[in-house]
Amino acid sequence: MIDINDGAIDARGLVKQFGGHRVVGPVDLSVRPGEFLTLVGPSGCGKSTLLRLIAGLETASEGSISIAGRTVTDDPPKERDVAMVFQNYALYPHLTVAQNMAVPLRMRRLSLPQRLPFVGSLLPRSAATLAEIDHDVEQVAKSLGIAQLLSRKPAQLSGGQRQRVALGRAIVRKPRVFLLDEPLSNLDAQLRVQMRSELVQLHRRLQVTLIYVTHDQAEAMTMSNRIAVMFAGNILQIGTPEAVYDDPDHLKVASFISNPGLNTMPFAAIANTQLGRQIGAIVSGSAECTVAFRPEACTAVSSADQTDLSGRVIFCERFGAEAFAHIAVDYLEHPIIARIEPAHATRLTCEQLVRVNLDISKLFLFGPDGLRLRPRRRAAA
Amino acid sequence: MVRRSSPVSSTLAHLALFCGAIFMLTPFFWMIVTSFKTPDEVFLAEFQLLPTKWGGTANYIAAFTEAPLLRLMVNGAVVSLAILVVQVIVAAPCAYALAKIPFRGSGILMAAVLLGLMIPIQVPALPIYIAFAYFGLLDSYTALIMPFSISVFCIFLLRQFFKTFPQEIIEAARLDGYSEFGIVWCIVFPTALPAIAAFSIFSIIAHWNDLYWPLIVITEPSLATPPLGLMMFRQSSQAGGNIGALMAASTIVIAPLVIAFLFAQAQFIRGLTVTGLK
Amino acid sequence: MTTASTIDRPVRQYDFGTMWLLVFPATALLLAFLVIPTALVVVLSFTDYELGKEGLRYIGITNYSDMLADRVFWQSVRNTALYVALVVPGSIFIALAVALLIERRSVLARFYKVAFFLPVTATLVAMATVWEFILHPSIGLANHLLSVLRIDPIRFLSDPDWAIVSLAAIGIWQSIGFNMVLFLAGLSSIPKEIDEAAALDGAAGGIDRFMIVTWPLLGPTTLFVTITTAINAMRVFESVAVITQGGPNKATEVILYSIYLEAFQYFRTGYASALTVVFLLVTVSLIILQMRLADRKVHY
Repeated sequence: MIDINDGAIDARGLVKQFGGHRVVGPVDLSVRPGEFLTLVGPSGCGKSTLLRLIAGLETASEGSISIAGRTVTDDPPKERDVAMVFQNYALYPHLTVAQNMAVPLRMRRLSLPQRLPFVGSLLPRSAATLAEIDHDVEQVAKSLGIAQLLSRKPAQLSGGQRQRVALGRAIVRKPRVFLLDEPLSNLDAQLRVQMRSELVQLHRRLQVTLIYVTHDQAEAMTMSNRIAVMFAGNILQIGTPEAVYDDPDHLKVASFISNPGLNTMPFAAIANTQLGRQIGAIVSGSAECTVAFRPEACTAVSSADQTDLSGRVIFCERFGAEAFAHIAVDYLEHPIIARIEPAHATRLTCEQLVRVNLDISKLFLFGPDGLRLRPRRRAAA
Repeated sequence: MVRRSSPVSSTLAHLALFCGAIFMLTPFFWMIVTSFKTPDEVFLAEFQLLPTKWGGTANYIAAFTEAPLLRLMVNGAVVSLAILVVQVIVAAPCAYALAKIPFRGSGILMAAVLLGLMIPIQVPALPIYIAFAYFGLLDSYTALIMPFSISVFCIFLLRQFFKTFPQEIIEAARLDGYSEFGIVWCIVFPTALPAIAAFSIFSIIAHWNDLYWPLIVITEPSLATPPLGLMMFRQSSQAGGNIGALMAASTIVIAPLVIAFLFAQAQFIRGLTVTGLK
Repeated sequence: MTTASTIDRPVRQYDFGTMWLLVFPATALLLAFLVIPTALVVVLSFTDYELGKEGLRYIGITNYSDMLADRVFWQSVRNTALYVALVVPGSIFIALAVALLIERRSVLARFYKVAFFLPVTATLVAMATVWEFILHPSIGLANHLLSVLRIDPIRFLSDPDWAIVSLAAIGIWQSIGFNMVLFLAGLSSIPKEIDEAAALDGAAGGIDRFMIVTWPLLGPTTLFVTITTAINAMRVFESVAVITQGGPNKATEVILYSIYLEAFQYFRTGYASALTVVFLLVTVSLIILQMRLADRKVHY
C-alpha cells in the first residue's frame, strides 16, 4: 500500500501543439500523492489533452512529466502505471465484464506466449496466474457491487453499470495514478449525483492520486481536494475549491466557477457614483477595469428611492431553498442578479423598483487583462 | 494516435507496402512500356525493360485502325451512360414510394428487391437472350441496355437514403401543392446526390467493364463495348501476334476509368465499395 | 400519429393513379428482367429445350442427373472450388495485412491506397490480356524474372497444374484493393478510445492489440469480406474467357464458363438452365449463411 501512495505527478513547461496550433501550455502542475485534483474548464480548453499527455496517449511537444519521481515524458502509456476511465467507458464490446476487467492483469502478469489463444492456457504456471486474476477481478467486482454482472457483455449493461465496469477495469490492477475523463457526463442527473459520492468514497478507500477532468463546476467543487481551472490551454488558477471560489485570480475563473452567474460591470459605468468612489478608495483601478460580484454578495430591497444601484425587477427565479431576482439598472447593459430570501421573493413583483444592497468586501475588481486587482490594504498586509 | 511506431518497424512496413505496391502496378507499367516497343523487341527472348526503338506510334495507329477503337469507346460511353440514366429514372420514384409511402404490396415489392439483390445477371440471362432473339433485338443497343434498366441495388440504396429524409418536409411540400413526382424529383432527389454519385460510379464501372452480357448478345464488331471489342481484336491479332498494338489498345480501354480514378480517388473508392459499406 | 393512420387507410391518402405511376415502371421491369426470367430458368431446367429447335418437352430431372454424371461438370465444380479456395484466403490475408500496415501511416498512405486499388477500376478484360502476356512461357516478364533467380521457365497458363493457380493469382491481384478498402473502413470504425484503453491496459501494439482489439472488432467486416470475395470468385469468367477458354484440357473450365458454353455456344438451353439453377443455389446459400452468421456473431 505504501508505494501506491507514492503517486506524485509533476509537469514542467508542458506544451502540446497540433499542426502549429498550441492547445495546451505551457503548463506547470504538481499533484500531491493521494490527492483528488480536478481539471475544470469550458470545452476545448485543453483539459482532456492535458490528461492524455499525463496518460501518455499524446506526446508532449515540449516540457516534461514525472510520475512518482520518475521522468516518463517519452514512455508509452503502459509503462507509466496509470489507469484511465474514458468518457464513453471504452469497454471491449466482445468481452464479458470479467474478461474486460481481466485484460490489464493478463497483460501484466502473463508472458507473451501465455497470452496466446488456446496454447497459452496450457503453458506451465498459466493456470495458477489465471486463477489469481479471476480472484482479483471478483474482489474488485464485489467492492463495486457488480459481481452479479461478471458474465454479461457491455451491451447488456445500463450506463451506470458500464461506468462501474470501467472503474473496475481501472482499479483492478492497483495503479499509482487514476485518470478520469468526464466519466459521469453520459449518466442521467440522479445517477451522476450518486456516482459523485461513490467516487469520493472510492478515492478515500484506495488512496491513489486521482486526476479528474470535467466541465461541470458542481462536480469540481463537490469532489476535489484541489481544482485547477483551465482556459485556452493554460491553468489560470489552482487551489482548494473554497479558495478558488472565494478568492478568484482571474475574471474568467470567477465567472466560470459561479452559479447562477457572476455580475459584472465596467468600472467606467459606475466611476462617478458613490459606489465607484468607494471602490476607487480601496483599489487603484483604471477606467477599463471590470467590477464583479456574486449574486450572494448582494441583495435586493424594495425601495422607491433612487440610489447608485436602483432598478426594476424583470424576473424572479425561485428554486425553493433560494431565490434570485434579476434587476435591470438603467446605465448597465446586463441585469444584476441578486440572491434574495425565498420568502421575500413572493413579495417582489415584476417592474417593482428595488435597491441593490452590495457587500463591498465581497466585490472583485479585475484589470483589463482579466487579472485580479487586489485591495491595497491586503497587498500591504 | 497512441504512439508512433519505432523507426525500424516503420521502415519495414514501408518496405513491405512499397514492394506490394510495385507488384500491383507492374502489369500497368509493363502494358504501357510494351505498347511503346517494336515487335522485334517485344519478342526478344532476353529481358529488356525499356524500349530502345520507338514503336509507340505504329502500335497506337494499329490499335485505332485495326480495331474500331474509337467506335468501341463511343459504344462504351453511350451504353454505360444510358444504363445509368434509365436505372436512376426507374429506381428513384420506386425507392421513394418504398421509403415514404405505405401502400398495399410494398412488403412484397421490397421482398422482391431484396431477393433480386442475390441474383447475379448470369441467371436471368438465358431467357432474356431467348426473348431478344425471338424479337430480333440481338446486335442492338437495346439488347445491351434494356436488361440493366432495372437495378434492384439502386432501388435499395436510394430507399435507405430516402428513409432518412424528414417526413415533415414531404408533408409541407404536399401542402404547398407538389405532386408526388414533383416531390421525388424536386425535393427528395437533390438531397440524395451523394448516394446517386456513388451509385453512378459503381454502375458506370460495372457496365463499362462488363464482358458477359455483350459477349452473348453482340456479334457485330461495330456494336461491341470496349471489353468485347478488345477481346475480338485480341483473337484477330493473335495470328499476326501484334502484342504491341494489343497493349496499346488495352491501355486506351482502361485509360478513361483509370484517369478518372486518379482524379477522384475518394469518390471512386466510395462508389465501388458502396455495395460493401451499407 | 399520422404514420399510424396512413397505414390504416393507405388508399385514401394517396390516390391509386399516382402510386401506380411511381411504382409501375420499376415493378414491370423487375418482373420482366429478373423475376420471370429467373422462374423460367428453373422451368427450362426440367425441359429438353434447345435454342433454335421447335418445341420443348418436360423431361423431369434428366438434366440434373445428366449433370451429376458429367465429368466436365465435376471438373468445373472442382476448378471453381479450387479457384475460390485460393482467392478467398489469399486476397483476404493480403488485404488485411495491407490495411493494417497502411492504417495510421500518413506518409505515402495515399500512394499505397491508389496502387492497391488501381486494379479494381481497370477493365479486367484488358488486364487479363496484359497478364497473359506477362505470364507468356518464353517472352513473358514473369519468366524473365524467374530466370534471374535461375528458376526454369514455368508454363503458367498452358501447364494444367499451373493454369488455375495463375488465374487465381490474377484474381487475388484484382480483388485485394476492394477488400483493403473494406478493412480500412472496418478499422476506422473501431472506437479510438478502445485502442487507447488497450494501450493503458498494456496492450500497446503488435500481437496484443491485434488479439484484444483489432481482430475481434473486425469480425463483422471479415465475415462480410469473406462471403463477398467468395461470391465474386465463384463468378470468375473474364480471365477464363480471355486467356484460357477453359483449357488446357479443361483445367480452367469454371462453372460460369460452362454455363456460357452450354447456353450460348452449344445452345443446350435446358441443360444450361440446370447448371444455372445450381449456380444460383450456391450463391444464395452463401448469402444466407452470411446473414445467419452476422446475426449470431454480432458482439454488441
